[in-house]
Amino acid sequence: MQRMQVTDRLNASEERLRNLLVLGLAGDEPAYRAFLQELSAHLRAFLRKRLARLPDEVEDLVQESLLAVHNQRHTYDAVQPLTAWIHAIAKYKLIDLLRRRARRDLLTDPLEDELGLASASDTEAADARRDLGKLLAQLPERQRLPIVHVKLEGLSVTETARLTGMSESAVKVGVHRGLKALAAMIREDA
Amino acid sequence: MRTDDLVAMLATGAGTVQPNQAARRYATAVGWGSAGAVLLMTILLGPRHDLAAAIMLPMFWTKVAFVTSLAVASLLAAWRLSRPGVSLAWVPGVLGAPVLAIWLLAAIVLMRADAAQRKALFFGDTWNSCPFLIAMLSAPVFVAVVWAMKGLAPTRLRLAGAAAGLLSGAVATMVYSVHCPELAAPFIGFWYLLGVLIPTAVGTLLGPRVLRW
Repeated sequence: MQRMQVTDRLNASEERLRNLLVLGLAGDEPAYRAFLQELSAHLRAFLRKRLARLPDEVEDLVQESLLAVHNQRHTYDAVQPLTAWIHAIAKYKLIDLLRRRARRDLLTDPLEDELGLASASDTEAADARRDLGKLLAQLPERQRLPIVHVKLEGLSVTETARLTGMSESAVKVGVHRGLKALAAMIREDA
Repeated sequence: MRTDDLVAMLATGAGTVQPNQAARRYATAVGWGSAGAVLLMTILLGPRHDLAAAIMLPMFWTKVAFVTSLAVASLLAAWRLSRPGVSLAWVPGVLGAPVLAIWLLAAIVLMRADAAQRKALFFGDTWNSCPFLIAMLSAPVFVAVVWAMKGLAPTRLRLAGAAAGLLSGAVATMVYSVHCPELAAPFIGFWYLLGVLIPTAVGTLLGPRVLRW
């Protein structure tokens, strides 16, 4: 009986999250934002449980997974269970992180303790150690400017095109490629 | 950047996402890839001289059915492996069915044949070039399918690479059938399959490196 209630609650939350994503994919920005917001809490819990020995990595990985979900959102099929899709992405990024760490630890002495920016694992969202803002600044101009104007300042594509002298399609492509490049930088950086 | 800021950044101006992008990518990839394979086949090999007569033979169509169902099954495998959280499910069965069917047919053909004929049924005239020509024809398809996969999100990279190789090999055998003079089931069931397995092995090796995202 109790288990049934828990299942119902999970189903309800999956259903709500799925609806938000489907609305978001159709262009409903507030819904998409709510989806990502709720998703980040879900990812944090999911990854914290699996990264118990590396609590400092959790928030970085939450951010990396959010970026991955956003960049790959076109691979979500509305008839597919959302949890399976999300968890497959989060696990993929988790395994990728562990591989990167294993490779790096072979090459260098781990610097963890010295870097140890005390990030408490029980605060809601600990600070990420990697600053995506800094990585963003390293992107080439044709990707950085569209992201800064469209994604951070909230200008429209048309306004950004006028401001930068780029064509509208170049602005869209710049945002898209820039976010993918950001994911690639995270991969190489860690 | 705080996570909340990242969420705001990602959501701002996110726009709409076109549905069915996976289908469109695969249609494009298989289209261009097989066009490349047909071009290679036409320039380097040419269709078999007796094609007009061959298409009257039931065995020609049996061969076509075998390579086509292999291609369809591997397309399903590649397609499912390109998206996170989608399992292979029943695809291995669909993939195994045409292989088992051609092996069964090959066994019957070999059993019915005279002992003296069996060698010819298995080796044909072209066993030593067939797998390599199939592998060669698979190259453009492989490149195109990897492009399609890279635009999606495979999470099991080795398996996805294998599926890309399998699909490209299977499409290559479809194109190769137009050139190939062999029709015996024992030949098809072994050398064609070997040809398909070459790009599959290449895909398995390359997958983790080229498909990472």
